[in-house]
Amino acid sequence: MAVDVRAGQARGGVVGQVLGTIGRSRELTLVALMIVLALAVTTQAPQFLSESNLTQVTTLAAIIAIASVGEALVIITKNVDLSVESMVGLVAFVVADILRQHMLPMPAAWVAGALIGLALGMVNGTIIGFFRVPSIVATLGTLSIFRGLVFFIAGGKQMDLADLPPGYSDPASQTVLGIPMFVIVGFVVVVIVATVMRYTRFGRRTYAVGSNVEAATILGVRSRLHVFAALSICGLLAGVAGVLWGMEFGTIYATSASGISLQIIAGAVVGGVSIAGGTGTVVGAALGALFLALVNNALLVLLLPQELLQAVYGLVILVAVSADAVIQRRQQRRATREYSL
Amino acid sequence: MVHRPVRIVAGLAALVLAVAACSSSATTAPTAAPVTAAPVTAAPVTAAPATAAPVTAAPVTAAPATAAPAAMNATMIPKQINNPYFDVAYKGAQKAATDLGGTVTQVGPSAADATQQVPFIQTATTQGASAIIISADDATAVAPALQAAMGAGIKVVGYDSSPAVGAYNVFVNQADTAGIGKGLVQMACDLAPSCTGEIAVLSASQTATNQNAWIAAMQETMKDPKYKGLVWDGVVYGNDDPQVSTQQAQALLQAHPNLKVIVAPTTVGIVAAAQVVKQAGKTGKVFVTGLGTPKGMAEYVKGGQAPEFALWNVTDLGYLAYAVAQDLVNGTITGKEGETFTVKGLNNDQPYTIGKDSVVILGPPFVFNKDNIDKYVAEFGF
Amino acid sequence: MSAQGLPGAAPTIDQDGPATSRIGVGRRLAGLMRWEVLLLGILVALILVGTSLSKVFLSGANFANLTSAIGEVAIMALPMTLIIITGEIDLSVESMAGLAGAVLGWLWAAGVPLQIGIPMVLCVGIMGGLLNGLLVSRAALPSLVVTLGTLALFRGLANVVLGPRAISDFPSWFTGFGFGNVPGTSIPWTLAVFAVLAIVFVAVTHRTWLGRWVFATGKNKDASRYSGIRVDRVKLVLFAISGLIAALAGVLLAARFSSARADNGTGLTLTVVTIVVLGGVDINGGKGTIIGVILAAAVLAVLQSALRLSGISSEYQGVAVGLLLIVSVIAPQIARQTRTLLVRAAMGRHSPAGPNAPGEVVGR
Repeated sequence: MAVDVRAGQARGGVVGQVLGTIGRSRELTLVALMIVLALAVTTQAPQFLSESNLTQVTTLAAIIAIASVGEALVIITKNVDLSVESMVGLVAFVVADILRQHMLPMPAAWVAGALIGLALGMVNGTIIGFFRVPSIVATLGTLSIFRGLVFFIAGGKQMDLADLPPGYSDPASQTVLGIPMFVIVGFVVVVIVATVMRYTRFGRRTYAVGSNVEAATILGVRSRLHVFAALSICGLLAGVAGVLWGMEFGTIYATSASGISLQIIAGAVVGGVSIAGGTGTVVGAALGALFLALVNNALLVLLLPQELLQAVYGLVILVAVSADAVIQRRQQRRATREYSL
Repeated sequence: MVHRPVRIVAGLAALVLAVAACSSSATTAPTAAPVTAAPVTAAPVTAAPATAAPVTAAPVTAAPATAAPAAMNATMIPKQINNPYFDVAYKGAQKAATDLGGTVTQVGPSAADATQQVPFIQTATTQGASAIIISADDATAVAPALQAAMGAGIKVVGYDSSPAVGAYNVFVNQADTAGIGKGLVQMACDLAPSCTGEIAVLSASQTATNQNAWIAAMQETMKDPKYKGLVWDGVVYGNDDPQVSTQQAQALLQAHPNLKVIVAPTTVGIVAAAQVVKQAGKTGKVFVTGLGTPKGMAEYVKGGQAPEFALWNVTDLGYLAYAVAQDLVNGTITGKEGETFTVKGLNNDQPYTIGKDSVVILGPPFVFNKDNIDKYVAEFGF
Repeated sequence: MSAQGLPGAAPTIDQDGPATSRIGVGRRLAGLMRWEVLLLGILVALILVGTSLSKVFLSGANFANLTSAIGEVAIMALPMTLIIITGEIDLSVESMAGLAGAVLGWLWAAGVPLQIGIPMVLCVGIMGGLLNGLLVSRAALPSLVVTLGTLALFRGLANVVLGPRAISDFPSWFTGFGFGNVPGTSIPWTLAVFAVLAIVFVAVTHRTWLGRWVFATGKNKDASRYSGIRVDRVKLVLFAISGLIAALAGVLLAARFSSARADNGTGLTLTVVTIVVLGGVDINGGKGTIIGVILAAAVLAVLQSALRLSGISSEYQGVAVGLLLIVSVIAPQIARQTRTLLVRAAMGRHSPAGPNAPGEVVGR
């Protein structure tokens, strides 16, 4: 056994060490994969790495990434939130409706949108954290209920740019120092949440609740509160994503953002947030969302036959998660070996 | 505990049997009921002489023709409810109901999905509606249910998107396919500098019947030497989903750097494409056209991303569909090729003629541009 | 039931453990409050409401409508129940149904008779299910993630196979099977298929060793493995069955809509899971009954029909189902908590307060 380990370390030298480090960190793996992907695609379609393409792809990816960060928190507590897409859709519509009726100035409407998201998240948090309804069941229910609310508010209306104050959708195309505004928003969200999760007691306890709820409870962690908080923050971030969603597309329907929950969850999972709870980082979740967006864009830019797109995309997700499981198991085995030395 | 499931099975079985028993006695009722309403073909007596001409002697049934105009109750089944396009068509149908008598109710699925339309058809049939006015999400998927409805004496009128031939009495087509194909290519030609350059199509789903027919008509039109300067870059599909449409439009700009015009014959796709062109800073370099709603496109018509696009008068489409349904229920028309009828206020009060496959065409589509867009935003309200 | 020894069968009162099992009153109450009984009550109430809403509600035609509308979904809910009981989930069923329809259409268009095409399509279902099963049991990947991937993959393959085509020239015996009733009755063929499958599933789940293995696997995987249950084999078989049944549902869908399209069945998975959960199956595994799921399917069918007949649009139908779902889990919890309080008062001692476990996602 000892021989195994040494052989492994000796084999690659510097390169081996670098690869080992990359392999151990999901975040670095994703970054490496994205670089490889970019290089490979660029040989076939040079415009993939062009500024205009990257600007557009990352703008849309940032919205999903923000929601994935919230979802990651929920998954870390060993729950799941299927209702994010309805929260995104509801907030997008309500913010537009507020602006259409000139009820609030634009920045206030954005804040209102985020707070509506927070309120919806707290509804989920109460049902799951305090009434102890399994999260899949609860959010399957609120997925329909929140969407029903949008239909109730919309009542057949559709929000077009013509209804909205001038400049409503401008932030979607604004850049600061060449970086799209939405990407900056996403970056700020990731930095804040990542810091909280890594350096505060709240963050560590959230991980504790997800990895072993009984142990955490015995150690005095108020697990219900942490589950409640995770779902509430997920709602808040879904609200932020909803505000951005409306700006990005300009036209908002009652069905806006239908079906994106799976993309959001896939982002978190590909980013290394384990469905089993207790492991993964929000940085990983955001990178996972970005990775999937880049893959999708690469498939489109490469002009693959339209029929193939979804099959290839599904295969990528499957390979990404399978590869991860294999790597993780190998690492675990190595860790066990090292302990046994 | 062991026997409890068994008891429940027994209970359930009893319940199923009870319902089935009820139903077997009741089966005769719903099929028998419409029989009195069915022989509306016997009604030519009440038909206006002018339009009765092409009606050949209908099989006279003994049952009295009781279908008075006041009894008309139509069920309108769009592809999707709470969709502004279909809501405007519904408003047109409601206006027709007010003008011509009778009632119309709109029911339907909240997502465009053929599998969800069928239960609504069946419910309307069971409830004994006098007419079903439907935009078929899938031509064949709804056909058996519609045929069952017709078998029960209900008049079926298609609008917007046709059910399979034989599964409707009359299909009210917003514009003929070839006409839309020509119109789309002509607009692309107008927008591309000196009618030269690459064009690409952003469609709805790969299986969308209307879109596929229009795209085929576009390709047919492109054979005209007049359009030899236009280069066909192909078709991509946005599934009528803003996110997918946006991603596809973004990729089109990247994959075809010399692209001049994106043609999107779908109201969701055209908005997404215009927004992408705006955000990518390609205004004035790439143009968007196709079929869209005036309010959704107003911003981009004025902003220069989509200087012109087209759509038919959706209110009139709903109005005509209801009028046709009522004529069918009254027996004024039967849906045969060559029959003519007039609808007051439409087509300059000139008669419509039922064409091949029982299709009636509403009229040519409107072209919207910055000169008329505000007027139509106000008129259509969508 | 055969899951005897494994406490409880649904999110009912009797899962609380020692405090209840010692008390006769509590147990009797638990018996009365059984989830299935409650569902039966809801079903009867809905039928009464529906009858008062519309005179056609109890007609044979409406019975055929409401049962055929939910037939394929209810069929897919049967294997899904067993998978969820083992603590896994299969999100890919809707795409497998779509893929099956697409392959069937493609074969038919290529001149293969349906008598050969249908068995081939069912084999495709088994193979897809085996792929899920192998990744879950052998590669030990979380099923939520695996089937999220195959959800996209199978749908993608359906697009590859059929592309933009819609195959609709199926022979009339086939479309009649999807749309028609068993001769002389108001029972749609889809319901007949469901009934046969339901009986098989009830028997297997609650009467055989296989069913016991399924419950044991969901209850405690490691303990099951040590006691000789081949946990991996159980899961593999269940996923294969799920694929097979999803393919069958896809064939039925194609028949009912006389049309095979690559997007057939999109969005059905959520309804399937909703039915299973509403049927009282614990999403964390280990508990549940097929009877509950059958009743839940009936409740959903009747509810949808009643709402449709009263002209309520379908997004509010979603709200009704969503509320039903949440209330159905919260209500027994509140009842349980109240009862625990009563019991405590009666016993004059504290029952062991368990840790407040948050709702768990299906684990590995």
